[in-house]
Amino acid sequence: MSPQQQFIAFKTLVRKEIRRFTRIWVQTLIPPVITMALYFVIFGSLIGRRIGEMGGLDYMSFVVPGLIMMAVINNSYSNVVSSFYSAKFTKSIEELQVSPTPNYIIMLGYVCGGCLRGLLVGLIVTLISMLFTDLQVHNLFVTASVVFLTAFLFSLAGMINAIFANSFDDISIIPTFVLTPMTYLGGVFYSIDLLPEFWQGVSQLNPILYMVNAFRYGLLGVSDVNIGVAFAGIIGFLLVLLAYCLFLLEHGKKLRN
Amino acid sequence: MSVTPLDSKVALKIRGLQKTYGKSFEALKGIDLEVARGDFFALLGPNGAGKSTTIGVICSLVKKTAGTVEIFGHDVDRNFSVAKQFIGVVPQEFNFNMFEKVEDIVVNQAGYYGLPKKLAQERAEKYLRKLGLWDKRDTQAKGLSGGMKRRLMIARALTHEPQLLILDEPTAGVDIELRRSMWEFLQEINEAGTTIILTTHYLEEAEHLCRNIAIINKGEIAENTSIKDLLKQLNRETFILDSRTVLAQCPSVESYNLHQVDDTTLEVSVEKGQSLNTLFAKLSELGVDIVSMRNKVNRLEELFVSLIEKVEREGADAAPTKPATTVKRA
Ligand SMILES: Nc1ncnc2c1ncn2[C@@H]1O[C@H](COP(=O)(O)OP(=O)(O)OP(=O)(O)O)[C@@H](O)[C@H]1O
Ligand SMILES: [Mg+2]
Repeated sequence: MSPQQQFIAFKTLVRKEIRRFTRIWVQTLIPPVITMALYFVIFGSLIGRRIGEMGGLDYMSFVVPGLIMMAVINNSYSNVVSSFYSAKFTKSIEELQVSPTPNYIIMLGYVCGGCLRGLLVGLIVTLISMLFTDLQVHNLFVTASVVFLTAFLFSLAGMINAIFANSFDDISIIPTFVLTPMTYLGGVFYSIDLLPEFWQGVSQLNPILYMVNAFRYGLLGVSDVNIGVAFAGIIGFLLVLLAYCLFLLEHGKKLRN
Repeated sequence: MSVTPLDSKVALKIRGLQKTYGKSFEALKGIDLEVARGDFFALLGPNGAGKSTTIGVICSLVKKTAGTVEIFGHDVDRNFSVAKQFIGVVPQEFNFNMFEKVEDIVVNQAGYYGLPKKLAQERAEKYLRKLGLWDKRDTQAKGLSGGMKRRLMIARALTHEPQLLILDEPTAGVDIELRRSMWEFLQEINEAGTTIILTTHYLEEAEHLCRNIAIINKGEIAENTSIKDLLKQLNRETFILDSRTVLAQCPSVESYNLHQVDDTTLEVSVEKGQSLNTLFAKLSELGVDIVSMRNKVNRLEELFVSLIEKVEREGADAAPTKPATTVKRA
């Protein structure tokens, strides 16, 4: 396949993915918006007022970047995991497998679809947050690149989950038992300064902490972690997932008998 | 497409193809197969013989255990991108997203082959029209009938205009009228130069459409020849005889294998060259009056029986092979 043809295949996949999540917008776009609006009202407005300051900011300002990231993470992940697993389940993945489209294009197509849904939901959530707080951008480059890399990373993770999944249960196990706890413990709602030293150390093993804090730094200029370390960590982790995902597509026994 | 067939005479060349599922189940035990360019080729065999597995390997859905596959001279492993451009496949089971629209399914497939959007849409229209689905283009696939879904898969397989079209039981569950029109359609594209391979359970279908045939049984090629030669080998025919009166018991006539089906019906299996006159004379003597007679339409079963007997006579296969009782009747 020539590079032009590969690009056509990529565009076709991305278009198909966009069509999928917009067709079922009631399942894909509305729920995260409702959840996040509730978080803003409850944690930000109602409880937040009593909490006072967190990390040197009023609680509402502190929690908004974390909640936006949480929306991006969940939606990128679940878009790819459900779309790719459904393609396996209905066997429509065979449409791609019989075609000359190379594996890395298949991966990029699905991942791009996941990023777009993650970023779209992130954007909607950001707009809603503006009803509750004044949003400022301290460093646009950091903000944009962190949110994009995070969407990319979790789309890849969703794809890997989908490759291994053998049932619809398998695609909800990881989000429920791994992703949600990691997000809640990843500095979305609190600064890790509040934790005892031991738990601060443990928290630093959580990749989501770096993403949330780098994003918070992009918007507000404050962070629990070093931004350089955060970037290096995110990119390193992303490359590992990328290589692993490609390996699974290329050699995995899960996709071809 | 810009790619050209290397070997213009051979569309498909399979050598020593083996497939083991799991640890030890040998679905294919070393198959050799060659299909000439422009041929209309039938792959026949009972359930579980390995037809779909073979097709799966050809179009990279199944990972083979050993052997090589070449499409117009291009190895499917070493040159997969080129080889795949030549193949269009219609699988046995529906494998599209039921929630996608008919037209999108076809246009997207063209996109996966690298066709620009405009061309993809033209092709989708062309083939959806040909297969009588253009009116349904905006319907979600789940809203199609079974026969329509099958035609959708044919349209989808043709969008990139492959040189080799492979169909895995394209007419399963399709009514007679539609089957005829599918046959005509397939003959048309074969005459236009597309090599076609199809699997089927109906000898009639193979006989009507195909020039050459391979019979596969338990993961091995039992026969590979032209349809004409194969039909010549059919050395036995079964007739159904209707008696005027109720038969108390099955009459027995020496050297004829008679078998009573019900009160007034007999079945007899006749070797080629065996005289029917003798049979009728003997039946007359026994007071059995035959009022009508017809061919039993299970020639495929006869074919399998005779093939398997041949294999056993030649001692090539020591294990007793049961006749293909699961084969459906046309
Ligand atoms: N994914 C699989 N895992 C394990 N065994 C399999 C798998 N797919 C097929 N088989 C086995 O391999 C054998 C050949 O199956 P295959 O589907 O190729 O048969 P077939 O000739 O297409 O039959 P049919 O006429 O019923 O479609 C069967 O015994 C089947 O049980
Ligand atoms: Mg089959």
